[in-house]
Amino acid sequence: MLIIISGLHFPLQASANLETFEDTLNQLSAKKLPIKLKIIEQIIKSKNPRTEFILSSILDGRVFYIKGKNSVLFANKENNKYITKSLLNDEPLGIFTKRQLKKVSINNKIRKKIKQALAVLYLRHTDESVRLKAVKDTYNSINKSIIDEIELLIKTEKSEDIIDAMHIAINIYLLEDSSSINRIKAIENLEGSLDTKVKILLTKLKDTDIDKNVRIAAEQALLSIKSRTEIFNKLEVVFFGVSFGSVLILAAIGLAITFGVMGVINMAHGELIMLGAYTTYVVQLVMPSYIELSVLVAIPMAFIVSGSVGILIQRGVIRHLHGRPLETLLATFGVSLVLQQAVRTVFTPLNRAVQTPDWMSGALEINGILSLTWNRLYIIMFCLIVFAALVLVLKKTSLGLQVRAVSQDRNMARAMGVRSNWVDAMTFGLGSGVAGIAGVALSQLTNVGPNLGQSYIIDSFMVVVFGGVGNIWGTLISGFSLGIINKFLEPWAGAVLAKVLILVFIILFIQKRPRGLFPQKGRSAGG
Amino acid sequence: MKLYKSMSKIGLAASLVAGLSSSAFAAETIKVGVLHSLSGTMAISETTLKDTILMLVEDQNAKGGVLGKQLEAVVVDPASNWPLFAEKARGLIEKDKVDVIFGSWTSVSRKSVLPVIEELDSVFFYPVQYEGEESSKNVFYTGAAPNQQAIPAVDYLMNDIGVERWVLAGTDYVYPRTTNKILKAYLKSKGVADSDIMINYTPFGHSDWQTIVSDIKTFGSEGKSTAVVSTINGDANIPFYKELGNQGVSASDIPVIAFSVGEEELSGLDTGPLVGHLAAWNYFMSVDAEENDEFINKWTSFIGDEDRVTNDPMEAHYIGFNMWVKAAEKAGTTDSAAIQDAIIGVTTPNLSGGVSAMMPNHHITKPVLIGEIQSDGQFDIVWSTSGLVAGDAWSDFLPGSKDLISDWRYPLNCGNYNVKTAKCSGQNY
Repeated sequence: MLIIISGLHFPLQASANLETFEDTLNQLSAKKLPIKLKIIEQIIKSKNPRTEFILSSILDGRVFYIKGKNSVLFANKENNKYITKSLLNDEPLGIFTKRQLKKVSINNKIRKKIKQALAVLYLRHTDESVRLKAVKDTYNSINKSIIDEIELLIKTEKSEDIIDAMHIAINIYLLEDSSSINRIKAIENLEGSLDTKVKILLTKLKDTDIDKNVRIAAEQALLSIKSRTEIFNKLEVVFFGVSFGSVLILAAIGLAITFGVMGVINMAHGELIMLGAYTTYVVQLVMPSYIELSVLVAIPMAFIVSGSVGILIQRGVIRHLHGRPLETLLATFGVSLVLQQAVRTVFTPLNRAVQTPDWMSGALEINGILSLTWNRLYIIMFCLIVFAALVLVLKKTSLGLQVRAVSQDRNMARAMGVRSNWVDAMTFGLGSGVAGIAGVALSQLTNVGPNLGQSYIIDSFMVVVFGGVGNIWGTLISGFSLGIINKFLEPWAGAVLAKVLILVFIILFIQKRPRGLFPQKGRSAGG
Repeated sequence: MKLYKSMSKIGLAASLVAGLSSSAFAAETIKVGVLHSLSGTMAISETTLKDTILMLVEDQNAKGGVLGKQLEAVVVDPASNWPLFAEKARGLIEKDKVDVIFGSWTSVSRKSVLPVIEELDSVFFYPVQYEGEESSKNVFYTGAAPNQQAIPAVDYLMNDIGVERWVLAGTDYVYPRTTNKILKAYLKSKGVADSDIMINYTPFGHSDWQTIVSDIKTFGSEGKSTAVVSTINGDANIPFYKELGNQGVSASDIPVIAFSVGEEELSGLDTGPLVGHLAAWNYFMSVDAEENDEFINKWTSFIGDEDRVTNDPMEAHYIGFNMWVKAAEKAGTTDSAAIQDAIIGVTTPNLSGGVSAMMPNHHITKPVLIGEIQSDGQFDIVWSTSGLVAGDAWSDFLPGSKDLISDWRYPLNCGNYNVKTAKCSGQNY
């Protein structure tokens, strides 16, 4: 009898709970942030099965309320319409416009609270990387109940990385233990960790702990951590240098062809890079649902767009100024202004938003100190691929052969039946096309706006001149070395002075070796 | 030949008519100069402000103009070229006979215009937050002075977030350098140690932020709560924030508070990784006020784009323009000397639901708001001053300017009166 009554009782209570839970949710439409914080705390405590979904939706900014009413719901934006559903049971609630809904906004305090709560929930997530991140996220808010949960889970955990992270969490908890022996033990266990959070806690302990022995232990642990981080810090600087260098090379390599091989000073080179970046933007506009692929599609498109603009410039302007470098310089500078203003008229002077595909965002974490950002890694690889492709074109194709022939001795090449005009146009198109490809890469790093090209033109000339005009291997070496030198100078000289120092260095270097690192040999070298 | 003759006759007649009508028209209009770059680097920010003034002029004309006359906007393009600002300003005043100029964005362009405006005794409205340390008889500063943006922002971080370590990062030019000098003096007066302040400058349009972000990360991992106060100039912010996102620095670890990032700058950016970072302004598009809704509706229909955003310097122009209209009506003329007298004490509604007033030092009263970046590129206001803050031309935290005050009313009539020596130092700004 008793069992039956209690059995009857339960569903009743559950439904009562459900109703009040919905009321709690609806209070999220409150304006005051402290009220919202309280509601969120109630939601976290409720242990409702939908808690995880609700919290992560709030964090993603997908929770709204209808203006004038205070019913809170989930909304997904599709083509300027908001498709809504219930937060409690996924029941569709109709389609709304932007003006009818208002987002449940949160601040950093609430965001932190939600992240901590989600970390605890995600400890049992099926995805390994989510679990690892969850364990690391708990470092900031460790308490007895989380440690109990972790100690329970560590027994069944398979992944080494996660087990290590869990041990760190347990030891972090022990740092606040009342017994100083336990604290010292925890410090010793944490010595091997390079996690930032550990470093922060040890620093705190070193300064504030009541027991002198603990303070000494913390200091020693910090020292040993420091000695190990130094090597990684050096590695990091090298990586920064290589990645900066690869950006320089990408920007300069097109110029290495037009300026280096053809001897044309093309001041509009930067604008050809800019056109490549805008091509990426247009490609993303055309295929909004395939952002992941858009960058790959943009590479050939940018090559075609910038390449054909380059050929137009060559046929329309540069061809007529052959052998007059000063006039070529001025004319191409004019072309660069025309291109800039054209872009301003078509796309407005405002910067355009180019989205970064997911596979290019975030970082590859080697350890707590060294993490390599994906976009930089891809750009280094991309730079090397573009370079290799260009070397192949110049060395192995008939176009490459003719380009080299014309650049070495134009008259002799013509006497042998090479159409030097056609070769000039194609070479210029190739250099411009490569500039366009560089634009695709830069669109992932910097602003896509009318001024994009201006900021790279000086650097590009610098790299080409330093490397030796007419030698694309020189461009590769010079790009990497300038990048690395710059990054080693920056920490102690500051970004502004580092740039100045590099320029001074190049000026002095050119005085000593006017033809750059790798001077071109051959008949044309003299003229 | 005949055809040629008749053509030239028609041409002559047409030019006569045109000449007549334009001179007749000119007698009835009041000319408003607009001196904003429409090409070059600054076009990104300034084009919007030109459109704002055009909208305000159109709106005022629909209401019957000023003093019974229609307004006519004269737009020139100084092309982000600082000396050209002075030249174009002279042209506006001497050739086009404008009664007032709205213009400039960068401090250096304002400094370049200043001697011309003072020489020709005109009226100039400057709508952008700036470093202070200036008060000219002819310039009205409707943007924020440091005490209306930087200092309250630091107060918020210190008191509400509990920040103890500070990175002051800026672009290398006068506004960040002066602001950081003021902030450093202010932080030290609050007991922050030298070792807890890191100052960093970068060139204009800096795009490789790897080292600096990594330095900030290291600086922030010393056990104390750290924040970045950013005076990084508009454009360079986007790669900076991208790098922060990629290196995993989130707003909950090290918040960045920016003084030059508004709705307009964010509209060129995927704001996902920036959510929670902060900005301090006197106006946000998300402000909940009737005036603001009305302004946004007008703006989007004027520009013909539902998605165009509004920002803080636009509000400054809105306030400045309305103050000028009110002062003209009060004085009964648009003569510059009369306006300069009449405008002090004039009050107009601002867009955040309050009323701003022109102070005797040519700065205005404004609320200070702190907003957090949201995933839709808007800011959510998380804090605001309880009342309005009056702009202070001369910072109280710099040794040279502590004792200076500015009061353009009779009898002081001075932009830099030293209260200790009881002397107006004589320079005009």
